[in-house]
Amino acid sequence: MGYNGRFNRNRVVVPMSEPRKAVALISGGLDSLLAARVMQEQGIHVEGINFYTGFCVEGHTHAIRKKDRDKPKRNNALWVAEQLGIKLHIVDVIEEYKDIVINPKHGYGANLNPCLDCKVFMVRKARQWIDEHGFDFIVTGEVIGQRPKSQRADTLPVVAHESGADDLLLRPLCARNLPPTRPEIEGWVDREALYDFQGRTRKPQMALARRFGFTDYAQPAGGCCFLTDRQYAVKLADLWKSRGERRYELDDIMLLKVGRHLRPRPHFKLIVGREDGENRFLQGYRKQFVHLFPVSHKGPLVLVDGQVDDDDIELAARITARFSQGRDADRVEVEVNTPNGGSRTLGVEPLAGGDVPKEWYL
Amino acid sequence: MVSVTRVQLDARRLLCPLPVIRTQERVEGMAAGDVVEVLCTDPGARHDIPAWCRVNGHQVIDIEERGDELVITVQVGEAT
Repeated sequence: MGYNGRFNRNRVVVPMSEPRKAVALISGGLDSLLAARVMQEQGIHVEGINFYTGFCVEGHTHAIRKKDRDKPKRNNALWVAEQLGIKLHIVDVIEEYKDIVINPKHGYGANLNPCLDCKVFMVRKARQWIDEHGFDFIVTGEVIGQRPKSQRADTLPVVAHESGADDLLLRPLCARNLPPTRPEIEGWVDREALYDFQGRTRKPQMALARRFGFTDYAQPAGGCCFLTDRQYAVKLADLWKSRGERRYELDDIMLLKVGRHLRPRPHFKLIVGREDGENRFLQGYRKQFVHLFPVSHKGPLVLVDGQVDDDDIELAARITARFSQGRDADRVEVEVNTPNGGSRTLGVEPLAGGDVPKEWYL
Repeated sequence: MVSVTRVQLDARRLLCPLPVIRTQERVEGMAAGDVVEVLCTDPGARHDIPAWCRVNGHQVIDIEERGDELVITVQVGEAT
């Protein structure tokens, strides 16, 4: 009598009664929500995976600025997992991801967004994950033509191939426009019940969301990563230029999200808190940076990033005074502190608005 | 008598989702019923850690504010 079961790729015996298992890349947006839901509808056991690169818009955006604290706070990937009733594994890929940002094989999009390399990287990580956890295949919410670089007819096969996922990568929302994958060929899923979405239109996704009863969902559409943001990319490019090399640490990329950034001289930059929430966040960096704040008037905490001499410090103090409530005063007292605990107070004339060239702003 | 392990996790100054990720890493390998007290400063953790617990079968048993800090107490659920 033959064995009434099967082996998965790790040679683990899986009884026929157990459903096939897929891991779905969950960004928090609508497409991955729908792709995972389509799989659940076919009886597949789905768990979610979400990769944290350090550039994800999720999370930080609410945490720092006081004005954003009133917005509804939720991590959309976790929210999607709750809607689907699935587990979500959030994976820290900050270190590994640096190479993707710094040396993207396929280049950047409109800003410093290495979208195609990013997708290859994430699917490759998911491929490793399914091997380690005894899952059968990978699901993404990709749609042909949805994104200008990473989701085109000619780049979807690149993602499958370069990630090593090959035919274990199923895109339920556009599968019928693509060659059958192993889950379809083996009959783990019914290809006829998959979809043939294509192009930039969101209407088919919205219709499918209605059919599933999803009325509240995030619509990031590429806005889930700071690297797609022009202003953020300018600041990151400036960071690399000032250091003479393309590298970053997590603190660097966090600080690029906070405050006004001004570069008055090539060898130093100022990060100026815009409100209490940002000032409080910047306080956490006092032991790493020379920092200034006005003591005679209310005003910002300012971090100095770079090597500075006394003239630079005086300029930084005058800029600090400029962004304080003493900007129209004759003189503002500014405390200057060094990371090793040294402290002194300078009395300075606030820089006039016209003396802060636009080119200083990053 | 079954002993319950109680550990503290310092996630101060980390911005979400890092407090969630560190909690996830700490919980891995702990037994059902064990307790992790997560110290956070990101107000987003007040929502994200409970959401992570709900989807992964753990339980938040207390959230305490201590000035600008939050202490979120998580009880590890049964592995499924």
